[in-house]
Amino acid sequence: MELVCPAGNLQGLKTAIDSGADAVYFGFRDATNARHFAGLNFSTENAAEGIDYAHNRGKRVFLAINTYPQPHNWSAWQNAVDQAADLGVDVLIVADTGVLDYACERWPDLALHLSVQASATSAEAIAFYHERFGIRRAVLPRVLSLSQVQRVCADSPVEIEVFGFGSLCVMVEGRCLLSSHVTGKSPNSFGACSPGEFVRWTETPAGLESRLNGVLIDRYGPREHSGYPTICKGRYHVAGQTTYAMEQPVSLNSLPLLPELMRAGVAALKVEGRQRSPAYVRRVTRVLRSAIDACASDPKTFTPNDTWMSELAGLSEGSQTTLGAFSRYWQ
Amino acid sequence: MQISLGPVPYYWPQEQLLAFYDDVADSPVDIVYLGEVVCAKRRSLTHEQWLNLGRRLRAAGKSVVFSSLALLEAGSELGQLKRIAANGEFPIEANDVAAVQLARGVPFIAGASLNIYNSRTLEVFAAQGMTRWVPPTELGRSALKALQTTRPNAVQTEVPVWGRMPLAWSARCYTARHHDLPKDSCEFRCLEHPDGLRLKTREDHDFLCLNGTQVQSWQRLNLLDRLPEISDLGVDVVRFSADHPAVLDLVTLTRQALDGNKASGLAMRLDAVPDSNSECCGYWLDQPGMTGQIAPS
Repeated sequence: MELVCPAGNLQGLKTAIDSGADAVYFGFRDATNARHFAGLNFSTENAAEGIDYAHNRGKRVFLAINTYPQPHNWSAWQNAVDQAADLGVDVLIVADTGVLDYACERWPDLALHLSVQASATSAEAIAFYHERFGIRRAVLPRVLSLSQVQRVCADSPVEIEVFGFGSLCVMVEGRCLLSSHVTGKSPNSFGACSPGEFVRWTETPAGLESRLNGVLIDRYGPREHSGYPTICKGRYHVAGQTTYAMEQPVSLNSLPLLPELMRAGVAALKVEGRQRSPAYVRRVTRVLRSAIDACASDPKTFTPNDTWMSELAGLSEGSQTTLGAFSRYWQ
Repeated sequence: MQISLGPVPYYWPQEQLLAFYDDVADSPVDIVYLGEVVCAKRRSLTHEQWLNLGRRLRAAGKSVVFSSLALLEAGSELGQLKRIAANGEFPIEANDVAAVQLARGVPFIAGASLNIYNSRTLEVFAAQGMTRWVPPTELGRSALKALQTTRPNAVQTEVPVWGRMPLAWSARCYTARHHDLPKDSCEFRCLEHPDGLRLKTREDHDFLCLNGTQVQSWQRLNLLDRLPEISDLGVDVVRFSADHPAVLDLVTLTRQALDGNKASGLAMRLDAVPDSNSECCGYWLDQPGMTGQIAPS
């Protein structure tokens, strides 16, 4: 099972490789990727250096071009694909059907992975992209239960990658417009959820308030832990209850399911978090490297050890982890 | 322009659904989308009953399309999709790429969740048999204008103009969560919320609508004052969401306005529809979707 780790910048890329990643993924410094945050991502020069660093150590490099271009900015996505081919990345991670079509036609030898942002949750959807664009792998959205993942793995014409650890998208990726509804900027078209420029923190007599473009996402009491105001993890009023109506701040941790995922034939485990620090990437990558190695050598007796689990919990949103949709109970 | 009526997004009991579609048969709606699009557990009508309803509406002069789920997870949901794709009588609306794959040769309409943001994507789906497309919910008029100039021959464009906007889908059922029930034993609580479940911010501003595994805007989209502008872009069909029975009154007024070539458009709201004073049109104006109604210049 391949361990695929996030690289938000060159230092993060090197850290991930040095900490045990089999592959790293990165994006350019624009809206062509789904972590379009200020100060993050790669220039062409950084990308070339990072690719050399990884290749010299026998590791693979994936480039995410996984947002949806519109007529006015289509050429930027096309250029990003061409640049990726020139740089010699091992894989392009793509979501948009038009971009897949272009990449497949212009660079037939360049390996394509279907991004999680393409929302493909079934072997039938994956087959569509495989037959037309020759994708070699699909990354599954975080909406399937373990048994559903097993079924897709059994029926899919290509390899499957799932999320192992990181921030949890509660909604099916590629079809969530919550951030767009409030800020006009969505993961699909702008490459960011809840962009920082719309976030406001205000101390008020009622507590610390977090707002996104003026909309109150949560209000915290003196001893409450505050979280970044993503809409799906706010507290709201619903029919008389004040509650996390969609989800609380929490991270996905699928380590307890590692033996089942391996047995299902999952080809790769992805770590979310290109927006995180190199120190975070180092700690998560080391834990997942150890876990994958332990599980691969003896899947029957594998259990995630307490040190790993508490290390990951300490790195999680709200210091809590969940199996997310892998578990029917969560759903 | 033709007028279409989208699928009913909520879980209405059988009697309410059938009564509503009796009214639809008598309305000036041209195109009717039938079927369940949110949760496969909602079964007010069986597959056969839906088909019979489709035949009845077709006999009443409506063009009928079978819509489909936007989020497919269970094998049973894919089985349902296969039955819809193989119905042999009616075109389907594909809300997931799996539906396009299963349609194979059956003409299909591309729903908003197929994420057609650019010309090249339009061409790919047109080559698969797409006869009409609905732009992504967040796509603004400037992008639509550009796409209209390059759209493939014989592909029609359909633009939603009224109703709650679909914003997200999840594996988790928020209605069951609200009732503190696991999704697998939800007791069909969506039946208690025929208008969805209102989510307000902690300062009591209406914000979102929880509808089982779907999240919608609480505010309804209303572009009815912009019909001339929409028509000028070469849009073939305008869609109303069937999220309130009173939508048919709006459809009737819209038909009259379109037939009368009313140049100034329609500033139409209906007192029968709750919260009709809180509507939005931001996406059309290339602004955040929640942005409120702005008087046309």
